[in-house]
Amino acid sequence: MSTWRGLHVNLRKAHGLFTVSSRHTWKYGHLTLCKSLSTGRALRNDFFKDLEAQLAAARQKALDALPGSGWSPVEMNRGLPPERTDVVIVGGGVIGWSVAYWIKQKEKRRGGVNVVVVEKDPTYSQASTVLSAGGIRQQFSLPENICLSLASAEFMKNINEHLHVLNEDPVDLQFNQSGYLFLANEEVAHIMEENYKTQRTAGAKVSLLSATQLKEKFPWINTEGVALASYGLENEGWFDPWTLLQAFKRKALSMGVVQCLGEVTDFKYTSNIARNAQGDQVAQRRVRSVKVQVSNSLEFQPIECALVVNAAGAFSGTVAAMLGIPLPVEPRKRYIYVVNCPDGPGLDTPFLIDYSGVWFRREGLGGNYIAGTSPEEALEPDTSNLEVDHQFFEEKVWPHLASRVPALEKLKVTSSWAGFYDYNTFDQNGIIGLHPLINNMFFATGFSGHGLQHSPAVGRAVAELIMEGDFTSLNLSNLGFRRILQQEPMLERNIV
Amino acid sequence: MSAPFMSLYRCCQRSALLVVSRRSLSSSSVSPPPLHTRILLYLTQRFYDVEMLQSWMSLRRWKGVQKRNSFYGYAQQQYGSDIAAAYYILNMKGGFRFVGQSDWFSADRRGKFNWAFMDHKNTPLEEVNMNYTGINYRGLENLEGQKTLRTLSLRGCPEVDDWFLARLHMFQDSLEELDISHCPRITTGGLAALRNLKGLKRLDVSSLPEISSPGVVIILLEEMLPKCDVTANGYDHNLREES
Repeated sequence: MSTWRGLHVNLRKAHGLFTVSSRHTWKYGHLTLCKSLSTGRALRNDFFKDLEAQLAAARQKALDALPGSGWSPVEMNRGLPPERTDVVIVGGGVIGWSVAYWIKQKEKRRGGVNVVVVEKDPTYSQASTVLSAGGIRQQFSLPENICLSLASAEFMKNINEHLHVLNEDPVDLQFNQSGYLFLANEEVAHIMEENYKTQRTAGAKVSLLSATQLKEKFPWINTEGVALASYGLENEGWFDPWTLLQAFKRKALSMGVVQCLGEVTDFKYTSNIARNAQGDQVAQRRVRSVKVQVSNSLEFQPIECALVVNAAGAFSGTVAAMLGIPLPVEPRKRYIYVVNCPDGPGLDTPFLIDYSGVWFRREGLGGNYIAGTSPEEALEPDTSNLEVDHQFFEEKVWPHLASRVPALEKLKVTSSWAGFYDYNTFDQNGIIGLHPLINNMFFATGFSGHGLQHSPAVGRAVAELIMEGDFTSLNLSNLGFRRILQQEPMLERNIV
Repeated sequence: MSAPFMSLYRCCQRSALLVVSRRSLSSSSVSPPPLHTRILLYLTQRFYDVEMLQSWMSLRRWKGVQKRNSFYGYAQQQYGSDIAAAYYILNMKGGFRFVGQSDWFSADRRGKFNWAFMDHKNTPLEEVNMNYTGINYRGLENLEGQKTLRTLSLRGCPEVDDWFLARLHMFQDSLEELDISHCPRITTGGLAALRNLKGLKRLDVSSLPEISSPGVVIILLEEMLPKCDVTANGYDHNLREES
């Protein structure tokens, strides 16, 4: 008995509510024990309590089911994108995320514009963005392209003021300030000179070098056949594409952009018949909703939207074809080879582009370089996969490379990869702006290899078009769709 | 003591114990950040508005740096580019020496300086000392016309980054001595931009914290600038891995 009592006291003490002497404990303790053993009353209590909670839940459900609320009796899937939004951006590459960021940056009120970015490849295993060489240059011939590069370089200078997220690490682009070096032979030297004048007028810091000056500056270059070289002094070099993409994505997500993993398979649109100046009938279309097939699932979701931005890069032609519009953008496969050569040029190696079309640049500090070239139009490789043709290096890249830089004769190919260009077959320049026959589809595609370096400025331009109705900082109306319909190509006067 | 009081007492004791234990858990060997940072941190965890405040503050700080480094266009128009450059340097609490003179003009700790430099119109600068100032790539535009600048010292400048080094090509014919030691934002990618400075004779790259493999980088730097005497102190060149 005493042990029982002792145990009981301990229990009471552990309970910690009363500290009474053991003599009194028995009485009250016994009573409480009985109380806790008799369950009937407690049950009844529970039932009433439960009932109240259930009634409240039912009332809430009834409120939710009233028209005007977002509740539906069918269970929702969390992976599905929202049913309606303001802007759908097709393609979550660097251009797509840049457009998303700039739209959010320009909204007047927080959460004022709903943006959904649809990306079909969450690992970016085939994305042009991360498979590119990552260079930025101002040495173009079109003033639009030069200004786009200058604006993008300005953005990258202050990238942490633009893309810094609170309580996260600052963005480190790993920018190599190494400059571009273009080499020209006798035939194209005059084009290079003209380009140089355009670039200086636009504000790019570029210098021209003669063959002797070139030899003096870069003793490791074989200057045979070189008549003129143009060399970027500032704002040129290369950086890590993945970091830029992730920085845009992180910032946009932190500002409330919704990411959706899936593929756009169809558009729902209305069309109006209008007459043009010649009296022909043309169909003016307006996208109503975008059908998104969720990846790794059979589910799909139509997203009602006000605007669509086509930033699907190499596959934007396919997206436009769903609306019945011909878009002269197609994927083109380009190989990049990593070579190792311990005796190669050192820290001052620029991004060298020879007039034969072969380019190479340093990769890291351990004597690694990456190199490549564009194949001839007739010999474009098959674009159904991303396999690398090693014969191509032996035949097309290495001979030019070794003759230009004799030190690279004894190189060893250590790795390689292939990526897609969003190649504009019409004039190899970006298409920015509205399509004249679709009221609400903006294009930001067809950059033919310059998309990554122009992405900050292009995103800003498209966001200006959307939020302000016109270009405000850089006038890019020459890069619009109109030139394609009127068959007036804006060709880069390249020396390559 | 009656029962309810005792229980209350116990409760208090226990909660006091809890407080003590929590304190002992949170305190670590690292010294805690200052009080206002801790208060902000506390508030950030509870209110989004504080995040807004913090990002607004950092934006303001950045705008302040940009404003201090703005282009002195008015001074340049009125007094010429040399006086404008000199005025900019003194405003940034730096110092300089005119060509053909031996005495330095520099601002004191409070930013006060002697206006006598105004008498030397159209005299270019030869040596510039911007140690521990907030100069950035934008402010460098004020020094653009200085074709005879021979020495530039940028020790410990928090705003000097790779883009700044890339812009130094404007002194490529004249610059002989450059000190960029202790600059916290310079990386290897920026050092590659020094290739444009052909006439460089002395370069100090000591204690740059952002350089990952200093041994290789310094060898490559010496290869790139064969005529230059590279000083690089403050690096641990041990091959041993630090445990």
